[in-house]
Parts: sequence; C-alpha cells; structure tokens
Amino acid sequence: MANMAQAIRMALHYGEKHLDVKDVFGQDVGPPMGGVFTATQGLDTAWNTPLDERGIVGAAMGIAMTGDICVAEIQFCDYIFNTIDLLKIAGNTNWVTNGNATLPMVLMTPVGAGIRGSVYHSHSFDAWASRLPGWKVVMPSNPLDAYGLLIAAIKDPNPVMFLKPKALLRVRGQELLPGEPENEKELKAMIDAPVGDRSQWKAKWPELKDHNVPIGKAKITRSGSAATIVTYGRHVLMCNDVADDLKKNQGIDLEVIDLRSIYPYDWSCIKQSVSKTGRVLFVNEDTEVTNFAEHLSYRVTHELFYELMARPRVLAGKNLPGIGLHANLEEASVPQVSDIKSEVLNLLKEVP
Amino acid sequence: MAVQAQSKVRGSKSKTKSGSSGLALPKQVLIKIHDLMLKSRVLEERMIKIYKVGEAYFWIGGPGEEAFGVPLGLLANKGKGVQHDWLHLHYRCSSTLVAMGMDFLTPLRLIMNKATDECTGGRNFSNHYSFPEWNVAPVTSPIGVQYSIAIGTARAQQRSKGKGITIVTGGDAGSAEGDFASSLIWASRRGSELPMLITVQNNKWGISTHFDEQHGENHVSDRGQPFNMRTTVINGNDPIESYIRLEEEMAYIRKTGKPVVLESTVSRLFGHSSASGANPIDEIDCLSDFQTLLLKKDILTEKNIKDLQSGYEKEAKAAQDQVRTEMTPQASSIWDNYFVGNETGNWREF
Repeated sequence: MANMAQAIRMALHYGEKHLDVKDVFGQDVGPPMGGVFTATQGLDTAWNTPLDERGIVGAAMGIAMTGDICVAEIQFCDYIFNTIDLLKIAGNTNWVTNGNATLPMVLMTPVGAGIRGSVYHSHSFDAWASRLPGWKVVMPSNPLDAYGLLIAAIKDPNPVMFLKPKALLRVRGQELLPGEPENEKELKAMIDAPVGDRSQWKAKWPELKDHNVPIGKAKITRSGSAATIVTYGRHVLMCNDVADDLKKNQGIDLEVIDLRSIYPYDWSCIKQSVSKTGRVLFVNEDTEVTNFAEHLSYRVTHELFYELMARPRVLAGKNLPGIGLHANLEEASVPQVSDIKSEVLNLLKEVP
Repeated sequence: MAVQAQSKVRGSKSKTKSGSSGLALPKQVLIKIHDLMLKSRVLEERMIKIYKVGEAYFWIGGPGEEAFGVPLGLLANKGKGVQHDWLHLHYRCSSTLVAMGMDFLTPLRLIMNKATDECTGGRNFSNHYSFPEWNVAPVTSPIGVQYSIAIGTARAQQRSKGKGITIVTGGDAGSAEGDFASSLIWASRRGSELPMLITVQNNKWGISTHFDEQHGENHVSDRGQPFNMRTTVINGNDPIESYIRLEEEMAYIRKTGKPVVLESTVSRLFGHSSASGANPIDEIDCLSDFQTLLLKKDILTEKNIKDLQSGYEKEAKAAQDQVRTEMTPQASSIWDNYFVGNETGNWREF
C-alpha cells in the first residue's frame, strides 16, 4: 500500500495529467528533491521557488487569477505565518468582488507534531485556518483520503488548504488507491526517486483513476453508542486505538468521527452521532485557546443541549508558545493516546 | 515638459519621435491623452464631492497621477487571458481605467456602495476595482500585496510564451513591504525571468510620512539594479514622457520577456484620502501643466478645454443622479458569494 506522501504525489500526478494542473511549486518542491517529504517527486509540473513564503502564496493567487490550476506548498506550516494577510485576501477575493474574481488554488502544508520537530517544525494550523473565511480546509488521516481529498481540492473552484499531518506522511494505508499496484516494492520502483544522482530519472506512473472524497464530508471510522470522539489528522489513528482498546478490554463502544474537512464541516454527521451517544470529546493538537474544537463544542452545547448526558470536552494542544524538542516535552504538549483514553473515561463517568 | 530632460534610464536608451504636433507625440495622441486626463480628473473631483456631501463613507483616489496613469491605460493590451496584459493596480489608478474605457457609472456605484457596483457589490472602498474581462486584478487595501500576486500572472504568461505582460503599480511608501522585494527576486531569476513592468508611483508620501523619513535609496527603482534588472525613473507628471517611456519599456518586456522597474514621480493633489480632508494640495498639477503646453502649441484652445470639462462634469453629475436612485445592498446578501457559485459558507447551514 502507498504511504501518504506517495498518495499525495499520485494525486498531484493525476491532477497534472487529467485536471490540467499547470504548476506545483514551493521551496524544494521541484527536482532533485521533490519535496522534503518526497510528496512532489517525479512530477512534470513541479518547480523550485525562492525561499519566500509570501512570494509562494502571492504567485499561487496570481496564477489562480488567470484561471490556471496550481498547487503551491509552504514547506512547514510553522513558516506560513508571514503570509497571513495574503491568505486573508485569497479567502476574501471571491466575496469582496461579489463573485467576479475567483481563485481556484490549492495550498499544501505539513502540520502538527509527532516527529520530534522541535519548536518550528511542530506547529499546527487547523485552528488558524478555520479563521480564514473563504478558504476550504481539509486534513486527511490516511493515504486513500489524502488522494481523494487532494483531487477534490484541485477540482474545487475555491482556495483550498490541504493540511498534511506530517507524522502520517510515511504511514501506509489499508486500502489501495484506484490504479495503484498491489505490490509496494513495485510502486516504490515506479515512483520513488533513487538515492544519489536523479538527473536522468523519470517516474513511471501507474494508470491512476479518479477518486473523490467530497469536501465537507466526514467519515465514521469506529461505530459505537457510548460516546463520540470528533477528530482529524493523526489523532484519528490515536482515537481509533483508544476505541479499539476500550472495546476489547472494557466492552465500551466509542464512535470515532474523522472530520476530514475542517471548513466546511460535516455538522449533520456530528449531530447524528452526538444525538445518539449524548457524550462528545473533540480532539486535535492545535493550541487549546480559541481552538476550532471550541466552536464545535459551542455548537453542540447550543443545539444539542437537551440531548447531552455530559459536558462536551475539548482535548487539544496546551496553550504553549511552542513544542519542546525532547520527547517528554512534546508528549506533554499535545494529546497522546493515554490523554485521550483518560478524557474519554472521565466523559463516560459523568452522571447527568 | 522636455521628454528627455528628467528621465534617467539604466540599461536602455530613450528614443523620442517627432510628431505632427511639434512635440514628441502626434497631435491626435496628445489630444486623446488630454481628454482622458481631464475626464479622470473630473471623475475624481466628482467622487470627492460625493464624499463631502455625505453620499459616500470614504474617498481614496489618484488625482495627480493622470499623466502617468492615462498613458499606461492606453498602452496596455486590454483583454481577458494571458495573451493580454494583466494589471495589478493600487487604489490611485482610476486614470488608467478611464483610459481603458471605464465609464462614470462604474466608479460612482463603487464609491456610493450600490448593489449595482460590479466590482464589489457595495462591499469595498472607492477605487478598489476588479475587472476580470480586462485582466484587472482586484485592488486591495493592504499596501504592496499586489507585487506578490503579480508574480503569478507573470508566471502564467511566461509559461504561455505569449506577448502578454504583467503590470503592477504601487506607491513609494508601499515599496517598504516585503512584497516589493519578492517581485524583484522572482522576476529576475536567471533563466526564469518574468515579463513584468514593476512600477512605483513616487508621490513622496506614505499617508503623512515623507519619503525622506522612509527611504535611504536615491530612487526606489535603484533596487532593481542588484537583480540585473533594467530600471528607469521618469517624470510621471509629464504625459508625453510617460507615454514614450512606457511604450519603450513595454516593448522591451514583450520582446525579451524580462522585467523592468520603472519609477515615476507624481503628485498627490488631494492628500491621502478623505481621512486627511481631501482638500487641494499645492503640488505640480500635471493636467494644468499639460493644458498650458497644448494651448501654447495651438493644439487646443481655451474653449476646447472648457467645453470638454463642462461636458464631462455634466456626464459625471448625471451619473451620480442615476446611481443615487439605484438599489443599495441588502443585509441578507452578506453571505452571498462566500464560496464560488454561492455554495454556502455559513456554518449555521452546514
């Protein structure tokens, strides 16, 4: 099975071959590196830019204004903050022109902790991105969804931010992408650039097919009735582990929702689940003060108050200026499996 | 108003032509430029009046930039698509758009915040235009961002290998933003040069802060020199010099695909905006200077000018009267066009 970096690469190849993507660009995105996580290796349309995040976002906006489709990358979301006013403009362009100027662009950026990335390779951006009206914001938790969400993002006529959970980029999926060879080694030989001289190397792409994960649609990854966990990105895997553990060892059936889209989000999925369970925990790793999950928690409280059996909870990253490098520091800063389990058990204990 | 007297060019030789006028441009071109400069000035003064009588919340615009703006609009290859020129304008460029064919109704609908305002639907300030059919990018209030965004349209034009170029305008104060440096860096990469006309309209002011408090460089355009870019400084208060120099630089960009940094010295005749009163300031007035020249050369008469002005004033007043009767935006429209195709962005409806 492809890992997420390979899935992103294949979605981009599908985009340049079938969806008229004309430019994939960013720092170290083109040859020879093909992206610091290898997600852009072998693409015909990939090129390197100056180390200039504002230029990267501005260029994407300009290309999109011409109607050409492009996918730009900020190498780590930790370095996206100096583009925030451009991101605001990208989000408001369609609205402020009352629909006469559109920006069909995709901006990718790796997010989150989990790789011992220290202070400036561990930031999250989901809560920030949710405060950029006009953008659609997605974050996959597995390679197949990464493939489908990125294709959906390329097809979308709005600016779409594709958040890559960096700790999952090397994680393999459990389902084949449409057109992906079954043998992992065969895939690797086809699309992974060789170590050393790559000047003559060209990718041999499999015959990939379309796959659409609709933006705004969540996915239930574990079904249950005891409580709902709403999450996305790498914490889907952690929440699934907690659900599997509690089911196996304590007979507790948790429902886990992989939100996949942060904006627009799948309220009907959340509502249906929380109406069934009466208990909900929101989990993500962005900092906890004015976290996106607080909006969801507010909405649950406001609209489903009389169906709740316990107070909604938000488990997020600590409101710290950064993520410390040492494992003890990183793990104490963002939610871990043990934190999720503990919070779920507290949620289940509460008596109305 | 000597064509070559005040221009300073690095990397190019300025050429002048003799026309039927005895000046460096043909008589018909001079008459056309004057007509559009006057029309633009009347438009700006009408907008200031609209603000002052309380029919607009705010005015910001470009009286004083006509001698540069009109030639720019006349020389731009107007149209939609990368084969035509892309324009990333700042909010003092009404004269460029008048030269491209903008009527009085469009800017008045914008400043008077009408639902009929085709650029923003009543959502934004005066002179914040957006004309996709002419490749005019939306004008923004944040200073300087257009220099970064222009990189993208130039990239698309470079990729298409056509003759379309990207034109970006901005003020001298805005060149302090990193976006200006971005445009220099991206436009000048060896082997990947971009077809960009990077311009700076130097009016010596950033709101209330003088040029000398903000800059150490002699000319803003000098910043292009370390990037091996052709740079030039022109007298933007002289429409003849502006026309000739712009034509020359645009031809160079179309021919070579390489960028130019062009700085034009201009005036700011009514201050920064209505926030500073929008009252006349004693600076060089490019329009009256040009009229003096055309009168002296017997290209126009006092009566020609008076009739022209009176006609445009009537037209502008009639446009105001019409716009006043038009619909204002409805409160219920705030969510319109959140996403393309009116897909809802209102979370209450998810």
